[in-house]
Amino acid sequence: MKKTVIDFLLLENKKLNKDNFLLILQTPIPISNIFPGQFINVEIKDATEIFLRRPFSVLDVDYEKKTISLLVKILGRGSRKLTEAKEGQTISAIFPLGKSFTLPDKNDRILLIGGGSGVAPMLFLSKICELNPANVAVLIGAKSASDHIDIAAYQPYGNFFFTTEDGSLGEKGYVTNHPVFTEQLTQFSKIYTCGPDLMMKSIGRTAIEKNIFCEVSLENMMACGFGVCLCCVEDTKTGHKCVCTDGPVFNVNDLKW
Amino acid sequence: MVDLGIKIHKLDFKNPVLTASGTCGFGEEIADFFDLSRLGGIVVKGTTLKHREGNAYPRMAETPSGMLNAVGLQNKGVDNFINNIYPRIKDLNMHLIVNVNGSTIEDYVALTERLNELDKIPAIELNISCPNVKEGGMAFGVSCASAESVVKAVRKVYDKTLIVKLSPNVTNIAEIAKAVEGQGADSVSLINTLLGMAVNAETRKPVLSTITGGLSGPAVKPVALRMVWQVYNAVKIPIIGMGGIMNATDAIEFMIAGASAIQVGTALFIDPTIPVQIIDGLSQYMERHKIQSVNELIGSLQC
Repeated sequence: MKKTVIDFLLLENKKLNKDNFLLILQTPIPISNIFPGQFINVEIKDATEIFLRRPFSVLDVDYEKKTISLLVKILGRGSRKLTEAKEGQTISAIFPLGKSFTLPDKNDRILLIGGGSGVAPMLFLSKICELNPANVAVLIGAKSASDHIDIAAYQPYGNFFFTTEDGSLGEKGYVTNHPVFTEQLTQFSKIYTCGPDLMMKSIGRTAIEKNIFCEVSLENMMACGFGVCLCCVEDTKTGHKCVCTDGPVFNVNDLKW
Repeated sequence: MVDLGIKIHKLDFKNPVLTASGTCGFGEEIADFFDLSRLGGIVVKGTTLKHREGNAYPRMAETPSGMLNAVGLQNKGVDNFINNIYPRIKDLNMHLIVNVNGSTIEDYVALTERLNELDKIPAIELNISCPNVKEGGMAFGVSCASAESVVKAVRKVYDKTLIVKLSPNVTNIAEIAKAVEGQGADSVSLINTLLGMAVNAETRKPVLSTITGGLSGPAVKPVALRMVWQVYNAVKIPIIGMGGIMNATDAIEFMIAGASAIQVGTALFIDPTIPVQIIDGLSQYMERHKIQSVNELIGSLQC
């Protein structure tokens, strides 16, 4: 669908845990063909401190109800302000933006690795990839059990694995310490990841080493979200690329990792 | 019906609302959002003779009521523009203006000669005010002598409308405006970004890879308005005003201060439909104030 400036209605704003909120936004216009990795650039109403919109990856979409869901993790002033929004208010956003992950082929076995709010597009991808759930592994990392969000709604779409830095849920350590990653990686034909930069770099480098297809979703700071400000560039093997329009999804082989 | 038409030199614009260089790509990037032919014109991304990668990331810092950028004229060069982009955008039914940049006077002249060949580019905006490049750019725009030398050289090879984009990072912008007028500039556009800086207190590091960058957005509007008014009182050529314009009222203020046309820049990042909102708001304002022609607004400040 065409990129549009839309006044969304905030249907639901639900606190999931300490820092994570689920926002469900309804559009007044029909939406179509939204894929994992694509994002929305949300206006945060604030007198002077927050001037630019804030980008959030799409967690889910319901074409019939004309809603999109966002996982908003409080990281700074902008995200905090957004989580204070009241149900029933309108929220202006530019949507849809960016290129999605390459959808897997039907014979693929895929590993989805999410960290922090990066789980959003991973969960979305698990839901729409149309693979046998036995061929979908989802590995999610967080600091502690209380930082993990409830993924029950996505459980039917794959095998879920968890890590925490303090060992309070799943394996202790980072996602890259989990046996799925350290021992079973070559069983997968495609790896997808979204999360902190260091996590993605570590995953990406391993994928390059083992010659496994790997796509990552970057989140460089951006002003516009639709390719005019040229602020969010990533220095790739073919020069500066806009994360907002050439990405946010990149194949690791195109990056200087 | 109110008349929104204005004139910059010999060029008639259907309305005084243009989009600023570096904030609307080549127009195509914002074509999803509205019918581009509604605009008075588009000033396309700053172009150089050769491909430029621009500065390293990070290039942007959000600031109170504005932002700093340090893009550094990333563009694929004039050949790419002429061969690949121009054919796609030349028939958009509004004025396409190319923002021209160089490291040397020879660069500016060579680039201008190439653009002179293009029928559907009726004007260039000579950028002697980019704060984010090591060589050229703003260096030409901060003294009367260097501004005069580049305008003089370009004027010799360019017979269409020549707009010169001025830097606010000077002691007396009116003097620079007079200097470029004296060398045959048909119009001046102002302001380019104000040189600024952002520091991360936690890491004690600069936020931008280049340390300093250009400040834009509503934070600079009062400075821009003041400079438009000063230049209006100093030159006879028309002024294109810009700097933090977010809505029709802002645009009207610039025209009252002396601008014949305005450019919308950073506001496009927030909402790319703002230019059409400004065009509509301008009409409504004129109806409300019983103003027939938008030209009546230009320089109408009552001191």
